Amino acid sequence: MANIPSDLKYAKSHEWVRVAGDTATIGITDHAQHELTDVVFVELPEAGKQLKAAEACAVVESVKTASDIYSPVGGQITEVNKALTENPALVNTDPYGEGWFFKIKLSNPGDLSNLLGPDQYKAHIGD
Amino acid sequence: MFDAHRRLGGKLIEFGGWEMPVQYTSITDEHLAVRNAAGIFDISHMGEVVVEGPAALDFLNYVLTNDVRKLQVGEGQYTLMCNEDGGVIDDLYLYRLGDSDFLLIINASRIDDDFAWLQKQHAAFPARGAMMLGNASDKFAAVAVQGPKVVEFIAKVFPGPSQAGTKVQQVIDLKKNHAGAWDFQGTRVWVARTGYTGEDGFEVVAPASAIESLWNKLLEAGRDSGVKPAGLGARDTLRTEVCYPLYGHELDEHTTPLEAGVGFFVALDKGDFIGRAALAKQKASGTSKKLIAFKMFGKAAPPRPHYPIWTAVEGGSQLGEVVSGTQSPSLGIGIGLGYVPPEFAAPDKELAIEIRGRRFPATIVKKPIYRK
Repeated sequence: MANIPSDLKYAKSHEWVRVAGDTATIGITDHAQHELTDVVFVELPEAGKQLKAAEACAVVESVKTASDIYSPVGGQITEVNKALTENPALVNTDPYGEGWFFKIKLSNPGDLSNLLGPDQYKAHIGD
Repeated sequence: MFDAHRRLGGKLIEFGGWEMPVQYTSITDEHLAVRNAAGIFDISHMGEVVVEGPAALDFLNYVLTNDVRKLQVGEGQYTLMCNEDGGVIDDLYLYRLGDSDFLLIINASRIDDDFAWLQKQHAAFPARGAMMLGNASDKFAAVAVQGPKVVEFIAKVFPGPSQAGTKVQQVIDLKKNHAGAWDFQGTRVWVARTGYTGEDGFEVVAPASAIESLWNKLLEAGRDSGVKPAGLGARDTLRTEVCYPLYGHELDEHTTPLEAGVGFFVALDKGDFIGRAALAKQKASGTSKKLIAFKMFGKAAPPRPHYPIWTAVEGGSQLGEVVSGTQSPSLGIGIGLGYVPPEFAAPDKELAIEIRGRRFPATIVKKPIYRK
C-alpha cells in the first residue's frame, strides 16, 4: 500500500507537486520509488531552466534502469535539491520530504487543474 | 516455479520465452546477500543438451573450443562453441557425467540456435552413428545456490556420499567444477560446484518436476544462514563485478573468444575444431578489438550497454561501446565492460564514457573488477 499524502497533487507519470503560493516543489511518489528500488543516481536540471508542463527534465537511475522524470507543471526552476547528488537514496527513504527534486515558479497555475488528486492517483496505481 | 516466485514477491519479466524474476526485494539486497551470506537463483530458463555414445567425446571436442579429453567422469569445464570464423555461437558449461555421457548447460537465449547448429554438425560428422544428441531443455530445470555460507546448509538437502559422477563422501567435498549425483526425494539430481557470481556455491540440475520442492527445501535449510531468493538483476550485477561474460553482451557471433579475453578456454593445440584456423590466425596477427573492464570516477550516472567509450581528451575519438555496465552494489561506483582497440586496452588508461550526451571519466582496471 503506497503512501499518498492528501495535501499533494499528482501526475500520471508518478511525480507529486506541493504548491506554496506561486512556487511548486516536485518529487516522485512512494509508489514510484518502490518500483524503482535502490536509486543510485539522480540527474537534476539546472536552476533557471524554463520547462513546459509534461516536459522531461530529470533522470533517476536505479541499479537496473534509467527513468525519465517529467515536470507536472510549466515554469522556471528556482532551486534543485543538491542533497540528492550526495545521497540519491533519499528518494527511497523520504520521497515526499528530503527526496524532493526541484522547485519551480509556476508560469501557468492552470497547469495544476490537469493533475490528479490523491484519490485519483490511488485509483491510477490500482491500490 | 511460477507460484513460488509470486509468493516471494518476485517481479517477473519475459526472458527467452520464460517469465523470470528480476528481483524479489531489491537488486542491491539480493546482491549483497550473495556476497555476504547466500542467495538462491532459479536458473531453469537455461538449456540442457545431452550427448551420448562412443563418438560423443570426439564430436564435442570438434564443436567446442576447450579440450574435452581433460575431463574425468564427474568433471565440468567452461567452453565455447564457435563458427568457422571463430565467432562465438554460445558460451557454456560441459559436464562429463559418464565415460560416454555428456551434459551441456547453454544460455536460454541460444537454445534453438545452439541445438540447430549441433544437429547440423552431427549430420556431417563421420562417426555420427556412434552417438546421439538430445535437447533436454524442457525436461530439466536448475537452481543455483551461491555465497560463503552455502557450505553451512547444502549438505542438509544432499546428505551423504554421491551416487554417481565424482565420488565424494559429502557434497561439500566436491572440488570446483566437479559434479556428483544425489537422490532428492527419490529423483536423481546433479550437483556441481560451479557458479556465475564469483562466490563459492553449487548449481543443481534436476527434472523439472522436482525443482519447486528443491527450491523450497534449500530456502528452508538455509534460513538460519540468511539465504535470500535472488533474481536476474542481482545475477547480472554479480557477474559484471567479476567480469564473467554474458552472451549477447561480451560475446556474439561476430566476436571471438580471444577478443573477449577468454582465450584460456581455447585449446588450439588439441587438434582440429570448428573455428581453429581463424582463431590461430587471429592469435598470431592480433585482434582488432579487446574487452576491457573499467570503473567510473566519483559521482556519475551508472554506465550502461551501448554507451559510447571515448578517449579522455578534449574532443577525443570514439574507441568503442560499453557492453555491460551497472552501479556496483559491492563497490558503490559505476563499473562496466566494453570493447576498445587493443592499443588502448591497458590497465590504468583513462577513458570517457558518454552518458546522455555528456562524458564522464573512467579508468581501465584489471579483471576482475571486484575481488574478495
